[in-house]
Amino acid sequence: MALKESRLDPARASFDRVVESGCGFSHDVLRGQTLRIVDLEGNQAVDTLFYDRLERTNRYSAVDTIREQGNVYLTTGTRLFSTEGDVLLTIVADTCGRHDTLGGACAAESNQVRYAIEKKFMHNCRDTFLLEIAEHLAPMTKRDIPANINFFMNVPLTPEGGLMFDDGVSAPGRYVELLAERDVTVLISNCPQLNNPCNAYNPTPVRILVWDA
Amino acid sequence: MPTEGTNEADGRLVVSETLGGGRMWSRIVRRNERLRLTDIEGGAAVAALFFNAKDPLERYNMPDTLKAQHVARLTAGNVLFSDMGRVLFSVVRDEVGWHDTITGHLTAASSVKKFGVGSYQALRNEFFRNTRDNFLIELGKHGLGKRDLHANVNFFVKVVAQLDGALSFVPNGGAGKAIELRAEMDVLTVLSVTPHPLDPATRYAPKSVTVVVRSGAAAPGDDPCRCSCPENQRGFTLTEAYFA
Repeated sequence: MALKESRLDPARASFDRVVESGCGFSHDVLRGQTLRIVDLEGNQAVDTLFYDRLERTNRYSAVDTIREQGNVYLTTGTRLFSTEGDVLLTIVADTCGRHDTLGGACAAESNQVRYAIEKKFMHNCRDTFLLEIAEHLAPMTKRDIPANINFFMNVPLTPEGGLMFDDGVSAPGRYVELLAERDVTVLISNCPQLNNPCNAYNPTPVRILVWDA
Repeated sequence: MPTEGTNEADGRLVVSETLGGGRMWSRIVRRNERLRLTDIEGGAAVAALFFNAKDPLERYNMPDTLKAQHVARLTAGNVLFSDMGRVLFSVVRDEVGWHDTITGHLTAASSVKKFGVGSYQALRNEFFRNTRDNFLIELGKHGLGKRDLHANVNFFVKVVAQLDGALSFVPNGGAGKAIELRAEMDVLTVLSVTPHPLDPATRYAPKSVTVVVRSGAAAPGDDPCRCSCPENQRGFTLTEAYFA
């Protein structure tokens, strides 16, 4: 995995916020701006979606993104495609090396399937998405939550058709940076999952930075 | 074409249609009905979307399907999960072995790039239909639209990821091969018999399939799809609780 560092100085960022574990976040990132997500304490899955800011049916598409680049993992150089075939953002720096977009978001119901029927009331990413949408992104609804990106999460596939949730490959301070190719809205759930190693069983905060063009 | 057997899965014929290449289809497949798709000549591709017919806000969820079963493809013994932890369809038989669900579908723009222009004005009803337009037309008949598009299933399509994540399209299926699914709820099923975007063919020539729906019995307690992993058992528990 090739790692690429950024030269951008956090002291010069126009936006800088910490998102605590289990919390949601949404923000507009304009064309030409650069968005950085920092895994402050390591091995923290950051469930992320992107939407065209003005036409939110034109949204991130995991399957178009992986097909267009011919690879299932996201890293530096990956162009994030929308359902309408537009490039929403490009990953321009990555000190983690590999990010997932097939593992989706945890939900109350999928936790029941994956772990135990009584796990229903554990906090989960879809609840965070739904609340963030209801509070800040109406009239979006559950219809508008497609398969997301899991930054810093490790979900290896095998040529035989297997898929695993493995220990993360991230570490404290690693980050991914994306250049907005058009005006987008970013929607994040800082994952609260406690049932698998995606957060090293200890969800932690992440830092969001934006630099102007 | 294979002959329908005489086992418990084969019941009263509900519908039998041949879908020529380029065509689309939608129907509510009722709970416990069997949906059988057959690749008549070999080389067909069928893109599919699935919704709970009673509440289409509940729909097929690719990530939940893959992570529950620790798979990157679909075959016999697998089930198709909705985003609500319930089972839409179970794959009860599969003569193919690999059906893709991670690489999406053809759009108008990608079809022109791949095959050139095949307009209605020039070709009349042999014009180059693409998957996205077919989906939007069928979705529209049920009051659904772009917001309801989701990562689809590509029946008869095999795309393999190597350890470094690189994808490769692998010729799959074969003449007469079929997949049979059992509906675990009433499922609005949308199909498009259109080329897969990673198929290297440069000539627009989608192959035909047959679609057969028959009545059938409910999944027994020892059903192979139900019992293939604890996750599927819990998925059936949640699905049966929904109907209790």
